[in-house]
Amino acid sequence: MNAPEKFLAGTAVAPATGTSHIHESARAQVAGAATYIDDIAEVRGTLHAAPILSSVARGKLRGVDASEARTMPGVKGVILAQDIPGDRILATFTHDEPVFAFDTVECIGQVVGVVVADTVMQARRAARKVKVDIEPLPAIVDVREAVKAQSFVLPPVTVRRGEPEQGIARAPHRLSGSLDVGGQEHFYLEGQVGYALPLEQDNWWIYSSTQHPAEVQHWVAHALGLENHAVKVECRRMGGGFGGKETQAGHIAVWAALAANKLKKPVKLRLDRDDDFMVTGKRHPFAYDYEVGFDDDGKVTGLKLVLAANCGWSADLSGPVADRAVFHVDNAYFLGDVEIVSYRCKTNVQSHTAFRGFGGPQGMIVMEAILGDIARALGKDPLDVRRANFYGIEERNVTHYQMTVEDNILDPLVARLEETAEYRRRRDEIAAWNARSPVIKRGIALTPVKFGISFTATFFNQAGALVHVYTDGSVQVNHGGTEMGQGLHTKICQIVADELGVPFHKVRISATDTSKVPNASATAASSGTDLNGRAAQFAARQVRQRLADYVAEKQNCRPEQVIFANGQVSGPDAVISFEQLVDDAYHSRVQLWSDGFYRTPKIHYDKHTLTGRPFFYFAYGAACSEVAIDTLTGESRVLKVDILHDAGTSINPAIDIGQIEGGFIQGMGWLTTEQLVWNEKGYLATHAPSTYKIPATGDVPEHFHVELWHEANREDNVGGSKAVGEPPFMLAISVWEALRDAAAAARPDGRVHMDAPATAENVLKALQA
Amino acid sequence: MESKTIRFVRRGELVSLTNVPPDRTLLEVLREDLQCTGTKEGCGEGDCGACTVVLAEPGPHGALEYRAINSCIRLAHSVDGMALWTVEDLAGADGSLHPAQEAMVRCHGSQCGFCTPGFVMSLFGMYQNHVCKGEAVTRELAQEELSGNLCRCTGYRPILDAAQEMENLPRVSVDEQAVIAQLEQLRARRELVPSSGTYLDPRSLPELLALRARHPQAQVVAGCTDVGLWVTKMHMQFPQVLDVTRVAELKQVERYDHHVAIGAAVTLTDAFEALVADRPQLKTFANRFAGLPVRNSGTLGGNVANGSPIGDSMPLLIALGAHVVLMSERGHRDMPLEDFYTGYRKNVLAPDEVVAWIKVPKPADGEFLRAYKISKRYDDDISAVCLVVNARIQDGVVAHVGIGAGGVAATPVRAVKTEAALRGQPWTLDAAKAATATLRSEFQPISDMRASAAYRSEVLGNLMQRFWLETQGLQHINLESFRLAEATTP
Repeated sequence: MNAPEKFLAGTAVAPATGTSHIHESARAQVAGAATYIDDIAEVRGTLHAAPILSSVARGKLRGVDASEARTMPGVKGVILAQDIPGDRILATFTHDEPVFAFDTVECIGQVVGVVVADTVMQARRAARKVKVDIEPLPAIVDVREAVKAQSFVLPPVTVRRGEPEQGIARAPHRLSGSLDVGGQEHFYLEGQVGYALPLEQDNWWIYSSTQHPAEVQHWVAHALGLENHAVKVECRRMGGGFGGKETQAGHIAVWAALAANKLKKPVKLRLDRDDDFMVTGKRHPFAYDYEVGFDDDGKVTGLKLVLAANCGWSADLSGPVADRAVFHVDNAYFLGDVEIVSYRCKTNVQSHTAFRGFGGPQGMIVMEAILGDIARALGKDPLDVRRANFYGIEERNVTHYQMTVEDNILDPLVARLEETAEYRRRRDEIAAWNARSPVIKRGIALTPVKFGISFTATFFNQAGALVHVYTDGSVQVNHGGTEMGQGLHTKICQIVADELGVPFHKVRISATDTSKVPNASATAASSGTDLNGRAAQFAARQVRQRLADYVAEKQNCRPEQVIFANGQVSGPDAVISFEQLVDDAYHSRVQLWSDGFYRTPKIHYDKHTLTGRPFFYFAYGAACSEVAIDTLTGESRVLKVDILHDAGTSINPAIDIGQIEGGFIQGMGWLTTEQLVWNEKGYLATHAPSTYKIPATGDVPEHFHVELWHEANREDNVGGSKAVGEPPFMLAISVWEALRDAAAAARPDGRVHMDAPATAENVLKALQA
Repeated sequence: MESKTIRFVRRGELVSLTNVPPDRTLLEVLREDLQCTGTKEGCGEGDCGACTVVLAEPGPHGALEYRAINSCIRLAHSVDGMALWTVEDLAGADGSLHPAQEAMVRCHGSQCGFCTPGFVMSLFGMYQNHVCKGEAVTRELAQEELSGNLCRCTGYRPILDAAQEMENLPRVSVDEQAVIAQLEQLRARRELVPSSGTYLDPRSLPELLALRARHPQAQVVAGCTDVGLWVTKMHMQFPQVLDVTRVAELKQVERYDHHVAIGAAVTLTDAFEALVADRPQLKTFANRFAGLPVRNSGTLGGNVANGSPIGDSMPLLIALGAHVVLMSERGHRDMPLEDFYTGYRKNVLAPDEVVAWIKVPKPADGEFLRAYKISKRYDDDISAVCLVVNARIQDGVVAHVGIGAGGVAATPVRAVKTEAALRGQPWTLDAAKAATATLRSEFQPISDMRASAAYRSEVLGNLMQRFWLETQGLQHINLESFRLAEATTP
């Protein structure tokens, strides 16, 4: 027999975590063999649904005439509010959203019902022939108008510390201003889709492209008037989510299920891309008013800030989104005397929802704008002003919501990026260049990110997993998280592989399924790996423990002496393969599967005052971006980007870098080319990729360099890692600040007011205002 | 009316499909009829590239020409007689991945994976057109050729890496001779049958004109990059379609002493190649026209006939003094392009007429040509404002000037007043300023989701200023060509 020492010394291989394993589905995806909901072989008799949309922003719904639609080829039925056997209101937290509009409509694109037909195109054609009789009422489209009219989906919230009025009054310098920042369409490449299959005895199988299968289960059951156990929701993967499939996928699944329920047939609902734009919510547009006092160094001495979130026609997740915006106004900066008023405005547009960052970006951008303006007002380098306001380590380290920042790495992280990106030299060089360049002006900005990790709704911070070891030593993991491209399943395979000491390829993930792990939280808030990775780790650990006990008993040693590594299990006396051990253990009736459960420690907060410790830890990062603008047209280009980001001890560096790059480019899109345009009637004019422009290959900066900050999470998080889904998104604020820097260079007064996104038109406006 | 059988070559096999409606898209046929769900629908309008597949047919020199196209807006019948590859067709029989796929895996180019099949197919097109011909895939080339594929996850860097990684992997080649032989069989069989039924695809000009006269109600299509959207988005149904893209005479680019004649069935890719050959400064403008899959399918004739006020080829063609030739069995008409349009998406075409040729004058000595496009996104976008100025300055005087504009009126237009104001005048700063003012007053653009009227007006004039500066030799004043290297050396 091989002694364990000899074995370990001789053939040790790297553990699965910490290496850049390719995405667990990559080989299938590149071959077109990875299945998305619309690719699943359809059950015989499957029908297709298409939504009937309101064409009026607000009005009284007087009637629906589907007589023409019903006579059209292939049409099998029309499903309206009266066909809902359960509650006509969706089972959302605020219970304010009708499943299908009845009595009133509140936005253009609100769904009144669905038409079901043999084919998708038949259903879509017929849906347009349904006449919806609406008596128009005055509508509110603009968020500032909503504030004036006190039109809210939820009551305003104020967070206040110290004496901001005095801090402003006593300050040697003061600024006030306003800012408007646009929303953002998720543009997941796979549009919203749900497929509802009625099973025997009023049981249901729902395929949903969702980040939150448990909520889909709950909503479907609620609408059908059933208990949750009658509904199973499954999702193997999504073609992108970004928050857009957190609640929004539920609507689609409910509509499909209601149609399937009425017609007693399987029904699939796949939204056409234009309908997806018209129906589903987006990132909340925000409007801001602020007043700030500051000293000669640019240090903020008092801040009064109003955040008005455009929530659309219902609450959806707007409460927590607006909360997170409040929590992130500080970004990296200590705000001693501060008042933040948060309005959750009701407007007659799509009901805005979760989107990567979840209000965090909207909170941070206004603070970065204020600091940029302070620097220009004082004639100082914006980085110096930012640094003067950074959180301290021992003092100036408590947030405006009373959480002590314990893991602050801002100073060393920003200092390193400042050096590697040669920020100072380039700033001087750009100033000299600008002086000689009549039309093109360049700008540069280095901005930090500090992002709180945990669901702000504390109860969401729990997760479950199942680890099954089969008798051949292969391992299947199931957990409550969903895969939307972020590499969650890959990371969890790595974690479980290491826990059991088996190679990566021995571990597979099965589709997320409410009948396996129940009551799972949404895969959101960047927490997928933190929560589900730990739960899976605990599940695997329990199986390992049982196996270790079994080996210990046989080899007469302590269980801790049994080592699992490299697909082998070694005790003091013997080394056997994992497969052999599993087979032996099975025949000795050892349980080879287990559950695992995790809940995040330390967190708590009062949702009425927004004070406490909402976050387990913070993720940090910084980006230095250089841009050029054309002062004749307002066109711009991002030339050079350097990023240093804190992912803790990375479980998979390639995946983490992928999240950082992808998040950054998506954030850049939010602030540059992606403009949502609603006309005065509340009609979303940019409802397709022909008019709504996400970044393309040509927008990638010529120089785009990303590095990871190598330091383990100071809190006990899985593998020492940090969440990485959302924080990099906000690194793109550096692009927007660089654009403002370039615009300021073209203005004689050196000041600049620019709304986001910085389209060519908005940049030109900023040059002339 | 019966529709004809569609026959194409895939995976070395002949695929025959019968009873396919004339307005059924290739993507519907792939996903629904053939149950090949590897190809995805992302937008249904040719803007995201998730549905990209590759078509090939022998070119003028007999070798296969590969074209990545959007299957979501391409009519299925239009691939009759071609070879088709989808993402399911690249891996070897043993499951070994094609370099286009392997490179994507190795470079971590796939996250959610939904755009991936489209990217893989665009990469396959690049592989066949560049790597297999021994041409290096540069970063620039990769950005150009992938501009019609959107990814929302990766930020593109790993995909651009993958494009460059392909050539480092063991070469995999298509058995072109076998494909060509199969296509030849299809062609021979096709020639025995005249075009009839619900999908008419004549092979010669006389046949086209006869069919047009006989079926004036048939929907004329070329690359279908706009008409495809009438099907997918406006839910229009066409009982009969007349496809001009197989007409041999109209697939030609013919060079004459004083002009180039571009047939109405010439793809935008080939048409722009012909224009860029004469005027290299148009290369960037050409690359910014939609994305490659749209340029590979769409035709210059289609863009012209369609007559969108924001179609990007017309301002250029108007500035160059291009003529359009219309044909019917009654004869032909030849007119300046701007005279072709009578109103918003309206033109002078008679029911039995088709757009046959676009005649573009050769460059004149001393011609100074600039084409400016302002859009929200650099690539694959439609312009908010497009201005093309073509001037010949002789002895400090404007000897000739052609100005075409888009996005400022109901049709693409010639800036007649501005041209008149400039013609014969000394080319000075004052003249340029005057031209700027005239240009702004000549058009009353509208506000829409692309830009406000005020911005369009303002920028139209500013672009004239840019033109002035460029005639004065000022460099680095256009971000279109602005790179980091320029940023460091003003």
